Amino acid sequence: MKKSYKIDVDCANCANKMEEAAKKTPGVKDCAVSFMTLKMKVEFEDGADPAQVMAAVRDNCKKAESDCEVFL
Amino acid sequence: MTQKQKKLLWRILAAAVLFVPLYLISEGIVRWPVPRWALLMLFLVPYLLVGYDILRKAFQGIKNGSVFDENFLMTVATIGAIALGEYGEGVAVMLLYQVGELFQSYAVGKSRRNISALMDIRPDYANIEENGELTRVDPDEVAVGTVIVVQPGEKVPIDGVVEEGTSSLDTAALTGESLPVTVGPGREVLSGSINLSGLLHIRTTREFDQSTASRILELVENAASRKAVSENFISRFAHYYTPIVCYAALALAVVPPLFCTLTGIGLANYATLGALWGDWVLRACTFLVISCPCAVVISIPLSFFAALGGASSQGILIKGSNFLESLSRVTAVAFDKTGTITKGNFVVETVHNSPWERQKALEIAAHVECHSTHPIARSIMEAYGGHVELGRVTDVEEISGQGVVARLDGVTAAVGNEKLMERLGVTFSPCHHVGTVIHVAYDGTYGGHIVIADQLKESAAQAVSQLRRSGVKRLVMLTGDSAAVAEKVAAQVGIKEYRAALLPSDKVDCVERLLAENGRGDRLAFVGDGINDAPVLARADVGVAMGALGSDAAIEAADVVLMDDEPMKIAKAIRIGRKCMAIVRENIVFALGVKLACLLLAAFGAANMWIAIAADVGVMILAVLNAIRCLFVKNL
Repeated sequence: MKKSYKIDVDCANCANKMEEAAKKTPGVKDCAVSFMTLKMKVEFEDGADPAQVMAAVRDNCKKAESDCEVFL
Repeated sequence: MTQKQKKLLWRILAAAVLFVPLYLISEGIVRWPVPRWALLMLFLVPYLLVGYDILRKAFQGIKNGSVFDENFLMTVATIGAIALGEYGEGVAVMLLYQVGELFQSYAVGKSRRNISALMDIRPDYANIEENGELTRVDPDEVAVGTVIVVQPGEKVPIDGVVEEGTSSLDTAALTGESLPVTVGPGREVLSGSINLSGLLHIRTTREFDQSTASRILELVENAASRKAVSENFISRFAHYYTPIVCYAALALAVVPPLFCTLTGIGLANYATLGALWGDWVLRACTFLVISCPCAVVISIPLSFFAALGGASSQGILIKGSNFLESLSRVTAVAFDKTGTITKGNFVVETVHNSPWERQKALEIAAHVECHSTHPIARSIMEAYGGHVELGRVTDVEEISGQGVVARLDGVTAAVGNEKLMERLGVTFSPCHHVGTVIHVAYDGTYGGHIVIADQLKESAAQAVSQLRRSGVKRLVMLTGDSAAVAEKVAAQVGIKEYRAALLPSDKVDCVERLLAENGRGDRLAFVGDGINDAPVLARADVGVAMGALGSDAAIEAADVVLMDDEPMKIAKAIRIGRKCMAIVRENIVFALGVKLACLLLAAFGAANMWIAIAADVGVMILAVLNAIRCLFVKNL
């Protein structure tokens, strides 16, 4: 399952950091963050609960880049 | 400017106002006796004012175990410089770094807004008439088959068919076509077009999220998530680059002075051991400032984004940065004939060998074929132009694969191919013309034949020559039509290679053979109208669907969607790809080249902090400005 989320982040490299952090989160199969459109596209693993996974993704992103936001 | 940007701007201005007099004092230009420690305290005010968030992020990064990023680079470099007594340089680096950040964020925000303005087709509401009054509703809630009202100046929110009213529509945002289109009852209208003159009542044929405007927006928004090879290269590059640079700086700060201290070589150049170490640590700090990867990291995705946005403003939807890359390497283009080079509508070309005048042959044919919905029958009726009186036609018999026999005013008339004429025993004259030939017989005598042909698009020949000029070496036309038709069309537009009499499945084989014949690194584009050629679109390196706004399958299968059916856009798409990739390469070479040169200068002590900050912020600003050029593709 794929879902798209709005994000807010200040720099291109920070967006890359968010992408990496999201990819490492359990339940996330793949993730693409676009700094240009400020969108995060997440592909979930089968059986994962998007709401739960995204809460973890948001925490991990904040850890990697304090100045970011994922709008759930 | 956003709140965040405004805040940063004020911090920069305030810090700059404090910094300038302090710098003049520290350089001795303005004489004001102040002890070193007090000067340091004074310099820390603008330093912390402008750089506190960078410091905070750097320490947070260290705490979270992700050490090496540009915040860390800047923090170490500026603190190092200040610790070595270079107060002015340390603060200036932080100040100018923030100027660079502000510029970058402003430029990106600006192009983001520019591009969304170009694609400003999202309708916010739909009007529904209730009890003679218009109410605005969320277009998401409008069911299929509802009649909506679009007033002059409003956007059509949902795809539908005009029920009532005539108007002209501006479809520029959808197709890039600047001439308005006139619509009236029965005409299909696409969401995202703007109603210019009259009031329109439209019966919706789709849900809002299935409508053209919504689908295009989704496509454009998703495009940025399909990253190009060079984009992935840059993020991987940044991943390894920063740690490498940090270790290199550490080595620079420690190894040479240690070597000097231990061996005594070159020690004579320095007054004290402290001066030796100070010099090398400062070189290392300069090194760190130069090495900041921002210029490349920001300008590459910005180039792709701007090119995707510029292309969509021209009615060319490219589904991802990776396809821009492929487009730039297209050297061979295969065309489907119908719908790309020709209009796909059939028109009566001539009437031959008829004993009567042209109009009478057409009149007979039009009446006999009056019950048929075949495009050929319709083209005959159109050429006849007169009123078809259904009452004059009786006993219609359709003979499959041959034609139609009927009684017209009680007299037997037949319209069909050579087989039908043979079957009826009518002597006919075979036609040497290229196209579909329809023979007419009336009352047992031969009435000549009607030649029907597809029409070339006006700009087809020009599109072919433009493709050649854009560097496409091989052009191949694929068609299901006969070799004679293919040869004629190919010659008219200037294509030398063609494959005729292909079944849809043969086209896939053909494209596969062309792919195999292509050189390494060369790409093959296939251009089709999206009808029956989805497998071929998917198989080619770049599948281009044209005039495909109505066709879901084509939008799904294609990599590039041309929103109108203008063949010149193919060459334009390729040129946009080439321009974008050229700019990306320029930026990579320019930014990395300047950085590498300055890094070497810094290592040998020939570059000071001012050169370092110019190499960082200056290069970044130039690279961003260069990247924005990708947006300007109108006259390409």
